[in-house]
Amino acid sequence: MSSDKTRGGLKSQFRRNLLLGMAALPALSLLPRGALAQATSAVNTTNLAVTDSTVKVGILHSTTGTMAISETGSVEAEKLAIKQINDMGGVLGRKIEVIQEDGASDWPTFAEKSRKLLVEDKVAAVFGCWTSASRKAVLPVFEQYNGMLYYPTFYEGLEQSKNVIYTGQEATQQILAGLDWVSKEKGAKSFFLIGSDYIWPRTSNKIARKHIEKNGQKVVGEEYFPLGHTQFNSVINKIKLTKPDVIYASVVGGSNVAFYKQLKAAGINLSKQTLMTISVTEDEMLGIGGENIAGAYACMKYFQSLDNPNNKAFVEAFKAMWGADSVIGDVTQAAYLGPWLWKATVEKAGSFDVDKIAAASDGIEFKGAPEGYVRIHPNHHLWSKTRVGRARMDGQFDVVFETADLIEPDPFPKGYQ
Amino acid sequence: MKISVRNSAPRRATGELMGVALLALLILIVLPLGLDGFRLNMVGKYLTYAFVALGLVLCWGSAGILSLGQGIFFGLGGYCMAMFLKLEASSPEATKIQSTPGIPDFMDWNQLTELPWFWEPFHSLPFTLLAVVAVPSLLAFIVGLAMFKRRVGGVYFAIITQAFAAILTILIVGQQGYTGGINGITDLRTLNGWDIRTDGAKQVLYFVNAALLIGAVLLCLFVRHSKLGRILVALRDKEDRVRFSGYDVANFKIFVFCFAAALSAVGGAMFTLQVGFMSPSFVGIVPSIEMVIYCAVGGRLSLLGAVYGTLLVNWAKTLLSESFPELWLFAMGALFIGVVMVFPNGLAGLYQQYVAPRLARLFPRAVPRVGEVIPPPTAAE
Repeated sequence: MSSDKTRGGLKSQFRRNLLLGMAALPALSLLPRGALAQATSAVNTTNLAVTDSTVKVGILHSTTGTMAISETGSVEAEKLAIKQINDMGGVLGRKIEVIQEDGASDWPTFAEKSRKLLVEDKVAAVFGCWTSASRKAVLPVFEQYNGMLYYPTFYEGLEQSKNVIYTGQEATQQILAGLDWVSKEKGAKSFFLIGSDYIWPRTSNKIARKHIEKNGQKVVGEEYFPLGHTQFNSVINKIKLTKPDVIYASVVGGSNVAFYKQLKAAGINLSKQTLMTISVTEDEMLGIGGENIAGAYACMKYFQSLDNPNNKAFVEAFKAMWGADSVIGDVTQAAYLGPWLWKATVEKAGSFDVDKIAAASDGIEFKGAPEGYVRIHPNHHLWSKTRVGRARMDGQFDVVFETADLIEPDPFPKGYQ
Repeated sequence: MKISVRNSAPRRATGELMGVALLALLILIVLPLGLDGFRLNMVGKYLTYAFVALGLVLCWGSAGILSLGQGIFFGLGGYCMAMFLKLEASSPEATKIQSTPGIPDFMDWNQLTELPWFWEPFHSLPFTLLAVVAVPSLLAFIVGLAMFKRRVGGVYFAIITQAFAAILTILIVGQQGYTGGINGITDLRTLNGWDIRTDGAKQVLYFVNAALLIGAVLLCLFVRHSKLGRILVALRDKEDRVRFSGYDVANFKIFVFCFAAALSAVGGAMFTLQVGFMSPSFVGIVPSIEMVIYCAVGGRLSLLGAVYGTLLVNWAKTLLSESFPELWLFAMGALFIGVVMVFPNGLAGLYQQYVAPRLARLFPRAVPRVGEVIPPPTAAE
């Protein structure tokens, strides 16, 4: 606005043109580096919040309520990625501006805030959601208003949307390789499945059970407990009676603390009894305490202790930005991928338009991922490796196994439904 | 007591009707003109809570029965509507990717292979509309019968309703194959073929909702001014005296409790239609208490106050959480403490105390009175 006014005060058309021409001069110096930043009208045909110098994106996680403890890491990772991208010059020459909303651990609030981000703020992309419930709540909103969501959590699969990129693993990616490893390495014949009672553990265990039975092994028990449950004594007794080779755990959130403490108190020594969990990351370890879970195996795609240059740089940058005490779990890393994948897609598409991004996502690679190379599959999930880590006393994991190749994401697995 | 005696009944009624007319003007004309589609839809959502607050004004304000479980009825109404919408969204064509096409997606995820029997009737819209009101009313009737006939009241009743809210949440979360569990029933699309997700549909639903709310306010006013309403106030103030006068106190209490439940359920059904899903997070203890707070902020004795209170609290909630994602819960907490400490009779109390007398001096004849504020004797509080 202010520049319009000063121009209005200029006396002659000639001087105005001259000044404009001079103002354009610095832009010329950019030419050799690969053309002028494209006109906003060309890269944004759908009225998104994109200007000549900025682009708005949304971050939608719970910063209050019971999920805040889990989701804070994701917010931090996304902000780190966005800061790094901005330091490199932004996306298509535009700085990313963040509009953060609080989902407050409440699914309807997630729906309301996602609608606000898409309708009011017209953000070009949203990085957010954590629980399946929150994703289910916002999914119709994203499909209706044609938004783009980058969802970081490992989840149960059975979903695929043009409007979502799933940067975490779907269930088969996370589960099958780990089961095969534990069968081979530990000669496991019998499994006891235990999980929190909601869609993710149930679907995960359904897949695990099919796979176990296909391999001629046995499931000797399958139990679920409400979210927030803290009394695991009865199931621990059952575990003692059935003596499974492997306890397969998908207990989430605060229940974990009670579960592992009670296991220890009941005399189950995790260095002798094999326990494999798909739900304990470094974040949960903070609450559980290394001494209660040391020796257990966790199966997912990322551990903070991964030894590669990308990860070292990532961990260092993360700690520099958010404090030396921060820990980085699987989901935090997956959240970090979101902005980078979006940037790469926008640049490939040459546009911020959601339709073009959705179409261009197929095959997008990110070589700088802390977990190693990742690529987007046509079904909008990521090709990724699966790893097994062994919990240490200090709250970190020793990576003991890693699949040789990237595993194809298969959200609707045939034979596992 | 004296206030109500001093104002002659007909004049008070006119005043209240003018108040209703002002409210109608606000939500039917001013807000739709002043807000864009997104904000209007949000106001529509808030107004569904106002149904619950209205029920509470009668139940708690008039009759002195504090229910901390209104979320149960809001939720049941909402779930009945959601079941119908979900079945419509789960046609065999739309769900052909599932192992069992034709059943809601969450059932398929939970290895159910056929529709449970209690879902079957929800294929029918008339049945659903009936169930929206009937199911919660019936539950309220059973609870009311069990409690009030045994003369359970006051704090004990409040605690028991709270327990019911907790039980129902656990039931819904635990039986996820039948109810959608903690995710709730999501991805609702059409009502009898009419797409409820479009902006046009949202606008229509807003007006239906607003009109229903005005209707509900009028109905509540009618109940209040009837003999029934006066008996309710009487039994709040001196239950024994009413009983000794020959009235069956329990029946009146059961009625007002069922009435509040039915109102909440209508709100719940409208909520589902406007927001597009229903989840157990509207059923439990926390939302139930929040609903009591809406009513308290507005002034629990004033019907119109309850509507304004609901609007104000939710508006503040949205604005604060948008502007201060990290701090907004503290601000909300401060607001509630303020309400209780500084103006216990809520907005309506403030109006009566400060605004109404001034208006009365300025316009001696035509003063709309926003509800009647009869402070109950301290013993009833």
